[in-house]
Amino acid sequence: MRMEYELFNRETTAFVYGFQVNAIQRMLDFDYICLRNTPSIAAIINPNQSGTHKAFWGAEEILLPMYRTIAEASADHSEVEVMVNFASHRSAFDTTMEALKQESIHTVAVIAEGVPERQARIMATTARKLGKTVIGPATVGGLVAGAFRIGNTAGTIENIVASRLYRPGCVGFVSKSGGMLNEAFNIISRNSNGIFEGIAVGGDRYPGSTMLDHILRFEANPKIALIACLGELGGEDEYRIVEALKKGRIRKPLVAWVTGTCASVLPASVQFGHAGAKADTQRETAFSKNEALREAGAHVPTSFDDYGEMIRQVYQELMDKGLAKDVEEPEVPTIPVDYSKALASGMIRRPTTFICTISDDRGEELLYANKTISEVIEEGLGIGGAIGLLWFKKQLPDYAARFIELVLQITADHGPAVSGAHNAIVASCAGKDLISSLASGLLTIGPRFGGAIDDAAREFKRAYETDLSPEEFVVEMKRKGINIPGIGHRIKSVKNPDVRVQILVDYARRNFATTELLDYAQQVERLTTAKKGNLILNVDGCIGVLFLDLMSSCHLFSKEEIDQVVRLGYLNGLFALGRTIGLIGHILDQKRLGARLYRHPTEDITYMLPSRDGI
Amino acid sequence: MAQRGIREFDAKRMLARSLPHYLDDLAYKGEVVLVGPDTDVEEVVALNSWLLRKRLVIKPDQLFGKRGIHGLILLDADWDAVKEYLAKNMGREVEIGGVIGNLTHFLIEPFVPHENEYYVAIRSEYSSDAIYFSTEGGVSVEENWDRVLQAQADIISGIDSGAISAIVPADLGEERQKVIEFISALYLFYVDCGFVYLEINPFTITDGTIMPLDMVAKLDDAEEFWCRERWLDLSFPEPFGRTPTPEESYIKDLDSKTGSSLKLTILNPAGRVWTMIAGGGASVIYADTICDLGHSCDLANYGEYSGDPNTEETYHYTATILDLMTRERDPRGRILLIGGAIANFTDVASTFKGIVMALREYRDRLKESDVKIYVRRGGPNYEQGLKLMRSLGRELDIPIEVFGPEMHMTRIVPMALGE
Repeated sequence: MRMEYELFNRETTAFVYGFQVNAIQRMLDFDYICLRNTPSIAAIINPNQSGTHKAFWGAEEILLPMYRTIAEASADHSEVEVMVNFASHRSAFDTTMEALKQESIHTVAVIAEGVPERQARIMATTARKLGKTVIGPATVGGLVAGAFRIGNTAGTIENIVASRLYRPGCVGFVSKSGGMLNEAFNIISRNSNGIFEGIAVGGDRYPGSTMLDHILRFEANPKIALIACLGELGGEDEYRIVEALKKGRIRKPLVAWVTGTCASVLPASVQFGHAGAKADTQRETAFSKNEALREAGAHVPTSFDDYGEMIRQVYQELMDKGLAKDVEEPEVPTIPVDYSKALASGMIRRPTTFICTISDDRGEELLYANKTISEVIEEGLGIGGAIGLLWFKKQLPDYAARFIELVLQITADHGPAVSGAHNAIVASCAGKDLISSLASGLLTIGPRFGGAIDDAAREFKRAYETDLSPEEFVVEMKRKGINIPGIGHRIKSVKNPDVRVQILVDYARRNFATTELLDYAQQVERLTTAKKGNLILNVDGCIGVLFLDLMSSCHLFSKEEIDQVVRLGYLNGLFALGRTIGLIGHILDQKRLGARLYRHPTEDITYMLPSRDGI
Repeated sequence: MAQRGIREFDAKRMLARSLPHYLDDLAYKGEVVLVGPDTDVEEVVALNSWLLRKRLVIKPDQLFGKRGIHGLILLDADWDAVKEYLAKNMGREVEIGGVIGNLTHFLIEPFVPHENEYYVAIRSEYSSDAIYFSTEGGVSVEENWDRVLQAQADIISGIDSGAISAIVPADLGEERQKVIEFISALYLFYVDCGFVYLEINPFTITDGTIMPLDMVAKLDDAEEFWCRERWLDLSFPEPFGRTPTPEESYIKDLDSKTGSSLKLTILNPAGRVWTMIAGGGASVIYADTICDLGHSCDLANYGEYSGDPNTEETYHYTATILDLMTRERDPRGRILLIGGAIANFTDVASTFKGIVMALREYRDRLKESDVKIYVRRGGPNYEQGLKLMRSLGRELDIPIEVFGPEMHMTRIVPMALGE
């Protein structure tokens, strides 16, 4: 049950307008250390997204509903009386007016700075007519100790604990400045039993609710014994307080100070940080206001330095009269440290799930293995060099990098009819996007299409290293009934040699220190072509054996590393990478041509269904 | 964001452009020309041939009033006389209401011979706008304030023409209806164009046409998003007598490009005490404290940064102040106060990172100028921020005293001033 003089209590729930993840968590953390039974946020309103938001409640996680509109949220949560409005200065007005329209919402805190004065005045007047309250704009908000916190008010949990805001004291405080609100919490907790409620009305010229509005609520609240306020030069707000003092509407002791006393000795045109902080008349100066407050019976210190001391004196008087007493401190639950914060401060460690050994994008410059990307470019490492760094974590000698590039160029395409290109083309004609069509082509690569490089390398390597003579190897494979991988071509033969193979062989003979496995494979080829002209060493076989020769040649690879290259399928990777170039070309070609859906002609298919009797 | 005065030139252009949306028969065309120090006068004439044909008025347009009393208005002149006036007055130093400044901008418009001078003004109050009218306009309106009638326009429901009729006396005769319509339209113009104050004193009616003779206006600069088009291409001039220093302009520019707030006003470049205070509220209190202790003459600047500025922004802000404060030496050395309240959400460590970058860069100049630094701050990550400052003092071998929330916010001021 909320009393007339209260805006918030331990049962108050709010909507947070705007997806302010940090502020939301801060509100929940405050609730948790205040031992509230339920979170103070009933729902989030986010015009961009509906659904739920996961947040911490102590160490546990809870889900907060998220709505796109205020109306939807209000319809589902008719118990919610407060909206914390983080909308930008452009939409603060519309959203606040809409919130005020909801019957159930009685208080809106407007955080945005830079809300036009006319909009602020309309919000304020509308709220007043409806008997509702607007706090702000241009404020951090406020809080009721041990009960409810608006957004980021009072900052970190450590600060809230230090200023004992997790439980009520007996001081009601109101200021214009949101920044000074937190400072005042500190001052008040050091000089009294602490804050009961603190509100910052905002530094604009036309705040939705004035300092006096809140002071009168504090006056009516029996739990508040001492009222403190911190005003500012400019505007008339403090004179309304003076009037209320004179009329006896404020009977509780009021400690007041108006800042900006320096203005009289500074050039007239200084616009202070707050939009409202400019005295247009002598009456609006800090000096005049402080004098008027003092005359009307407020406790006015001689400067801000003595503000805390004045509160201490007045609090002491209240203690002496038995109107205030020190608070027994409750036990405060601790909030677990956020993982990211703890990690950053080196307080905790945790085993990682993934390891990466080839690249790092976290620093100033991207790293491939140990090389920065600018070194990769400046040193002209090329595609082959980049593959050396990212696949093998080695800076390959130039001839090795060029060999890789040679392989990529040779394998880049083999016409539209081979099955990979065909599948990519068919997918593209079916209207699939580039990546899907590419995947369709790449997924065709396997034991019968383009995937023989690893197998060829593996078989020739095994035969050579186990000292099988070429004859023994051929016989063994024949006995097993396995075609030797890397041997044989559909069209090419001894008489019609494959130019691609010749290019690779010539390059290797010119540049490699050793070609022993190629020599061995060619001895095998001599045996197989003697039987049948097309059983030549094909491109796959040639790449496979030459890559092993390359690794032996350049002395950068241990035996184990070479074994690993063969075992893990690095070499098929070369084919997949090279062929990707051609596949993309075919796909784009079809898209450019506006090719239609492909349907295979039925006359090209023999239909041989089982007969009716046969089933 | 605040209320800002605009030039009479801009107010009249806006009136001519936008008032016809609300008033059918406005004959006022907005024939006005602004001449600044860099204006090519011949080009102006080429674009506004009426300057050669009509009798003219020229007057300074720099946000100060009582121009007639100061003898700065030339009435009923031809173009040659206007040029002569310009030659004599452009750049001239004058004193207006105790403020000394240079005349730099002048308004030229056609001279309107007239008999009647009317006063109309609109002022924003909390829940309404006050509309004032008097048939006794002109310089004597303040003396005849009892003749000024006032109507209130509710902030929500506005005002009906009946209420406006009530402040326009019946003895105006046939012109009365015209004036009522004009004021009604003027109020809508005031609301839609983001004004917070508008005064036409006087306006007159010649040949059945309303002519504004003198205008004063203030806009709410927060309305820019909504009013950019209606504001044409106006810019907000500095108050008379205040020419922003390059450093102030630089910070203003920086401020306009960020969601945070960065403010700097140089009060006394030779001052011994420089401040870098976080927060609009706290910055005023620091300035108060320095003045309270009798050191207003030592206070070099007013400024504040707030709203969680990023590292780069605080770096540029700090560097600007460090550059200014180490240009001249003071035998007593200089003081830099890096102060602030306990922040709600500004990350103290990250804003201090930018400050530290600048302090490192200016290390040698800070030592040469014998600068002592006092720091007081609290808020998110303040321990880390303060630690950073302490270790910086040792690293740079510059005296830096560092305090957190345990110390009263402004206690570093008497400490620094040796009080």
